[in-house]
Amino acid sequence: KSFYDCELTFLTKQEILLAHKRFTELVAKEDRNDPSPRVPMSKILTLPELKSNPFRKRICHVFSTSESKDGSLTFEDFLDLLSAFSDSATLEIKSHYAFRIFDFDDDGTLDRGDLEKLVNCLTGETDDTRLTPEEMKQLINNILEESDIDKDGTVNLSEFQHVISRSPDFVSSFKIVL
Amino acid sequence: MSEGEMTRLKEEVEEKKKLISTLRNKPWRMRRRLECLKDAQQFVEKFEGALGKGKGRKLYAFKVMMTKKWIKFNRDFENFKTACIPWERKIKEVESHFGSSVASYFLFLRWMYGMNLVLFGFVFGLVVIPEVLMGLPYGSIPRKTVPRDEQAKAMDFSVLFEFGGYCKYSFLFYGYYNNQRTIGLLQFRLPLSYLLVGVGSFGYSLMVVIRTMAKNSNEGGDGAEEGDFTFAWKMFTSWDYLIGNSETADNKFASITTSFKESIVDEQENQKDENIHLRRFLRVLANLLILCSLGGSGYLIYYVVKRSQTYANMDEDELSWFEKNEVEFVMSLLGLVCPPLFETIAELEEYHPRIALKWQLGRIFALFLGNLYTFLFALFDEVNAKLEREETIKNATIWAMKEHYSNFSELNNSTAITPLSINPADVMRGPCWETAVGIEFMKLTVSDIQVTYLTILFGDFLRALAVRFLNYCWCWDLEAGFPSYAEFDISGNVLGLIFNQGMIWMGAFYAPGLVGLNVLRLLTSMYFQCWAVMTCNVPHERVFKASKSNNFYMGLLLLILFLSMLPVVYTIMTLPPSFDCGPFSGKQKMYDVIIETIDKDLPAFLGTLFTYAANPGLIIPAVLLMVLAIYYLNSVSKAYKHANNELRKKMQMQRDEEKNRRNNKDSTNQVMKDLEDLLPKKSPISASAKENTANIQPLSELGDKPSKVSQKPGAVATGRGVNLQRDVSLAMANPRMAVTRPPGPRGPSALPGNTLQVPGGRGRGRGQNPRR
Repeated sequence: KSFYDCELTFLTKQEILLAHKRFTELVAKEDRNDPSPRVPMSKILTLPELKSNPFRKRICHVFSTSESKDGSLTFEDFLDLLSAFSDSATLEIKSHYAFRIFDFDDDGTLDRGDLEKLVNCLTGETDDTRLTPEEMKQLINNILEESDIDKDGTVNLSEFQHVISRSPDFVSSFKIVL
Repeated sequence: MSEGEMTRLKEEVEEKKKLISTLRNKPWRMRRRLECLKDAQQFVEKFEGALGKGKGRKLYAFKVMMTKKWIKFNRDFENFKTACIPWERKIKEVESHFGSSVASYFLFLRWMYGMNLVLFGFVFGLVVIPEVLMGLPYGSIPRKTVPRDEQAKAMDFSVLFEFGGYCKYSFLFYGYYNNQRTIGLLQFRLPLSYLLVGVGSFGYSLMVVIRTMAKNSNEGGDGAEEGDFTFAWKMFTSWDYLIGNSETADNKFASITTSFKESIVDEQENQKDENIHLRRFLRVLANLLILCSLGGSGYLIYYVVKRSQTYANMDEDELSWFEKNEVEFVMSLLGLVCPPLFETIAELEEYHPRIALKWQLGRIFALFLGNLYTFLFALFDEVNAKLEREETIKNATIWAMKEHYSNFSELNNSTAITPLSINPADVMRGPCWETAVGIEFMKLTVSDIQVTYLTILFGDFLRALAVRFLNYCWCWDLEAGFPSYAEFDISGNVLGLIFNQGMIWMGAFYAPGLVGLNVLRLLTSMYFQCWAVMTCNVPHERVFKASKSNNFYMGLLLLILFLSMLPVVYTIMTLPPSFDCGPFSGKQKMYDVIIETIDKDLPAFLGTLFTYAANPGLIIPAVLLMVLAIYYLNSVSKAYKHANNELRKKMQMQRDEEKNRRNNKDSTNQVMKDLEDLLPKKSPISASAKENTANIQPLSELGDKPSKVSQKPGAVATGRGVNLQRDVSLAMANPRMAVTRPPGPRGPSALPGNTLQVPGGRGRGRGQNPRR
């Protein structure tokens, strides 16, 4: 199976083995014999790489294939996650997944509500780092003016990709390595 | 299977193969990808066998098998290469604590280490090892022996530390190498190899630096302007996903919030230029001060080097340690003291932080460069002095030799003269200037290492200890206020690394051991600085991205490479080598060894070829041709840039038009407005959809009479088209209003048949007019 995985992901063989090791550490004891175990989101979030990330819950939801939408990941989902965040992943893959992570209400576009939640995630949890409502409104207006080409009040996938593809920092910062 | 089927099948197999190779680029779920991969692989395996039937089956099967093996081998090799990269965990740890900008310093350090390792391999394998294994041993000839008067102190630690004594007469320095044309069983040509390795290390470094620069520039963005998407980029790309530490994350949150607030404020109010005269005056004053300090430091170095020359003439025992190492001490001190001084002066200027950083880097660069070149010039004077002394000693040795011969023939009355047999330690020696230069560079590097490590120890480690332990019994909070923990100075460290490498490049020709020293230094630096950064430093308050700066530092490295190549090439071409030490002794110029090789070792016709190639009549046209080629490529690239800009403007215009069309607004683009004003008869370019359908309708009526239409399609159709449009524009009173009613039934004048006024129609034999 790992032979296939080399062609399916952007990870090298060592990275896949390391991922497998870290994943099985998270699997609960009773599920150890399960052929494709599923790890709940609370355990995934204990990984040090994801612990401090403001988007950790969204990342789990985006890559999760569970029907109950609880954010739990199988090993394949975990590999998907690492592959999208790896160093050799293409810009298209990264921007696609970035869009889905930022889309908080999963409706396929980034509207004002999504952007507000995004800003709140970025400015931290404490009260003295949050923006005032006027600043928030101004900021979102500026963002929509820059990225919303068809002026429908939302940013869709192609507009997002258009903005992101021009950024020189995106590929190097959108990276998680185990 | 027929040929057609075979080719079609082959195409399908190729397509499936392509699908397999691009499968990971698709943003699908893993499960779906796995199924797709299984299907594609089954298909390929099934039909690849089938394709192999017929002629050439064995060859085809063999080719397929070899391709598979090659792909597997490539993959394994890639895995092996990634496993071999050292320090990956360490750098990742630093990255998760401090962000990608600090980690970029360590990545740069690792890259330098790799390059130095390769250079060390060249020098060690092609110069040092042959001389040590196949050349004459220590003590056999004068240049390899410590002179008699130095032998008493040759093993003292202080002498060895200064690279005198046994160090000076070892393979570490230029003077040790013998000038025998070929040595050993294999007829290894050492002088030629020495020269080629010296020049080749520059060539290799150049190639590596340029290749890395090209790779870095490819990863950059699409070239959008900086101001285009500031807010969107801040929003979507500012978080560094590699951060794995909560303290760093908090800092990052704070910096993101600050930058949001700053941009909002920037956007809202314009910068009012208060008192521009005062600011200009302050900036000019600051620049003057900095120029003065740069000049002062240059003069200080010159003075100190001159003084060290007088010291060298005095007896060693009278000098204190300080006086002996004055030059290196002063240079390192300047490198420590001046950058903070520049920073304090720069506060007068009140620039934007990013611009201020650029100025600061530029000034530090000028400081280091000035220091290095002043040092070089002072060294040059020393070399010239040594060359003069060499002349006198050379004359003295020749005189002594002549005396010995005359005495010998006098005493023994025979013409057969045995050569003088003196112990090599007693032979009169010339002042080997190349070794002296090599020693200077070695000492400089060593003092640089000492200063760096001591700064880290005192500046970072002891400071952190003091803050941590004195905080319990101090009046104010040491951790929050002054002095608090140190931040890792990225630009200072990177510049230090670059300049150190420049010194290595300059000195490696005269001291082959210098590259080995540098490799050791980089290795220990990596471990020491990783430990120091994790123990004593805190993450930056204002985090700035390292991505674009990578090529900036590479560009600096390239510049330093050229600047360090100049002195070496100059000495190879102009200065005469010492007469009694080094691989080029006895020759007029160092590059004579190449001419000698061409004459003696290569076939005759190559020799004539080189003489023709070196003819100025050939070189000058070649140079002219290259200049013309550069000019041509420059103009071509300018044309491409211009075309790019035009396309971008066109795209922008189209986007704006789309926006306006969707919102049913008037065209706000001035160009489009002018265009519309110029064309009154035609229907407006930004026609609404309803107008379009109005145009289409009459055309579909025409479709009922295809025979008449087809006879003269060109003129008739366009004629009809123009007429139709005229009709439409006549029918509509105000073309700029939104069309709210469907077009009414047209009068007889609008019927297509009436408008068949074909120019010169009757005489064309087309029969009667239709519809009449």
